[in-house]
Amino acid sequence: MTAPVLEVRNLVKTFAVKGAFGRGRGIVRAVDDVSFSIGAGEVFGLAGESGSGKSTIARMVMGLSQPDSGDILIDGQSILGRGTSLAHRQQVQMVFQNPGASLNPRRTVGQSIRVPLDAHNFAGDRRARVGELLEMAQLPAHFADRFPHELSGGQKQRVAIARALAVEPRLLVLDEPTSALDVSVQSHVIELLEDLVAQLGLTYLFISHDLSLMRNFAQRVGILYLGKIVETGPVAPVFTAPQHDYTRLLLASVPVISAEEEALRPTIPMIDGDIPTAEQLLALRELSQTKEFKT
Amino acid sequence: MTALLSVRNLDVSFTTYGRRTQVLRDVSIDVPEGAQIALVGESGSGKTVLMKTVMGILPQPPAKVEGGAILFDDRDLLTMPERDRLRLRGTAMSMVFQDPMSSLNPVFTIYDQLGTILKHADRRLGRQRGRRERWARVLEVLEQVRMREPERVARSFPMQLSGGMRQRILIAMALLSEPRLLIADEPGTALDVTTQAQILNLLRDLVTRQNLALLMITHNLGVVRETSTYTYVMNQGRIVEQAPTAEIFAAPREAYTRELIAAVPRLTGRAT
Ligand SMILES: Nc1ncnc2c1ncn2[C@@H]1O[C@H](COP(=O)(O)OP(=O)(O)OP(=O)(O)O)[C@@H](O)[C@H]1O
Ligand SMILES: Nc1ncnc2c1ncn2[C@@H]1O[C@H](COP(=O)(O)OP(=O)(O)OP(=O)(O)O)[C@@H](O)[C@H]1O
Ligand SMILES: [Mg+2]
Ligand SMILES: [Mg+2]
Repeated sequence: MTAPVLEVRNLVKTFAVKGAFGRGRGIVRAVDDVSFSIGAGEVFGLAGESGSGKSTIARMVMGLSQPDSGDILIDGQSILGRGTSLAHRQQVQMVFQNPGASLNPRRTVGQSIRVPLDAHNFAGDRRARVGELLEMAQLPAHFADRFPHELSGGQKQRVAIARALAVEPRLLVLDEPTSALDVSVQSHVIELLEDLVAQLGLTYLFISHDLSLMRNFAQRVGILYLGKIVETGPVAPVFTAPQHDYTRLLLASVPVISAEEEALRPTIPMIDGDIPTAEQLLALRELSQTKEFKT
Repeated sequence: MTALLSVRNLDVSFTTYGRRTQVLRDVSIDVPEGAQIALVGESGSGKTVLMKTVMGILPQPPAKVEGGAILFDDRDLLTMPERDRLRLRGTAMSMVFQDPMSSLNPVFTIYDQLGTILKHADRRLGRQRGRRERWARVLEVLEQVRMREPERVARSFPMQLSGGMRQRILIAMALLSEPRLLIADEPGTALDVTTQAQILNLLRDLVTRQNLALLMITHNLGVVRETSTYTYVMNQGRIVEQAPTAEIFAAPREAYTRELIAAVPRLTGRAT
């Protein structure tokens, strides 16, 4: 068997922060013993609570920060210590969660997309490639001369996607890549990403809060909660028969547009007319052994 | 009776490198008190520009308001003295921006930023509050927006927070300023669906109990369907369809609206 494109083993990352009352030091366990692997041409989805460590994992895979412990392997080779090398960057590209902050405000769109082409000595016609990438992202050619502040939120996001695809990476880390796109443009972008799997065998680590999109785009998912993966598996069973209470709580909260989808959402008991927190839910489960809580 | 916010026939254009593009064409929307209104539409169709025009923060030039009126409490924001308008902004009318970092100052802690907003709100509403109470109130609001460790968050700098935590800071800012009109531009995109639902509940409470006028821009049609009473659909700078939300989903009239609804990924997976 060939090695997975990405393998993450027992990853741990903590941050030192100010302690209570501003005194001393506290610790945030942002990522707490996370392991998963992604095979060639596979889309692996990561979903989970806001602040559960998804972007922190993505940054470590990109080599932008180092784990406290654990290992990250690309094609069977550990990247730790050589994370920011050029070779690694050509293999792994990322679309950041906040497109506004990830584009250089002083560069035009065309210049931004050209940076990776120049850095990796792209052999073909670079100007033409920029045009091609803009077209792929469904942006007009004259946008090459615009600056980020002259773009809408979704337009910036599409520039970030075009830039990440410029040098045809092997692994693409997508951190909420379509959160600012209308569903129509989103479906074109997802189709494009799927075509690239077929054409180039690209592999994706796909982070998103949009579980409906994840169900359609990913083959396997991991559900993160407080820095740990609480449930993982192929999408169909995780979505239709979730095993962990947190997964169930998430699925129960997905806003949907049809009655069929409503029927798929697990029922969750409300507390004082409000959606419970995961802790409340887990506590309730301890107390009661009612049917809908059984795993 | 007019709605608290009434945008009438607004035209806005941008001129860059001598090229003029019309971004908003004859846009009219109403946001009454105690109502939750949704604005959906194409990426790049002008939603954010519309909100920035209402808030009076559109850079002019390159932008130009070519015509129309924006009535807030029956007064035209476009013609009122700049001083009066400044007084409304961030107080009586508040906005949650699409890009959280654009409203956060990277060199101040979250408490510094929230505390300042609270001070202004207290001054405006003629309230007295000491340092201790201010700290307590900020923690309370951080808890309301479902922050796990409010104390840690209050002492953090924006860069130390996740994307969704920053987005919730913006919502906390809006709550602290106690506005009559709240415009929220994609307020839930960086939040897991459970936290998003809790925050939407919180906003709904403000709408029903405190008569807040809420205008929400979102690409998430599920959120639109489950939270708003009336929906505007925008495409290429125009409002192409508007109706009570239930009607939009039951019987969309415009081809563009139908295209949008058809493109929503389904929780049930692909139809095969
Ligand atoms: N530089 C930092 N210093 C201190 N704490 C940090 C730092 N970066 C991240 N954290 C903390 O680590 C935790 C995980 O953050 P991360 O950005 O990975 O979350 P996330 O899962 O991507 O959330 P979201 O869905 O909201 O984007 C958060 O509690 C955050 O405050
Ligand atoms: N400063 C500017 N100069 C020139 N054009 C601009 C400027 N700001 C925005 N635009 C253009 O105006 C149009 C409307 O932008 P706006 O940000 O309102 O879109 P939006 O509907 O909010 O889209 P999204 O859903 O992607 O955020 C876009 O085509 C955008 O490129
Ligand atoms: Mg994140
Ligand atoms: Mg916008």
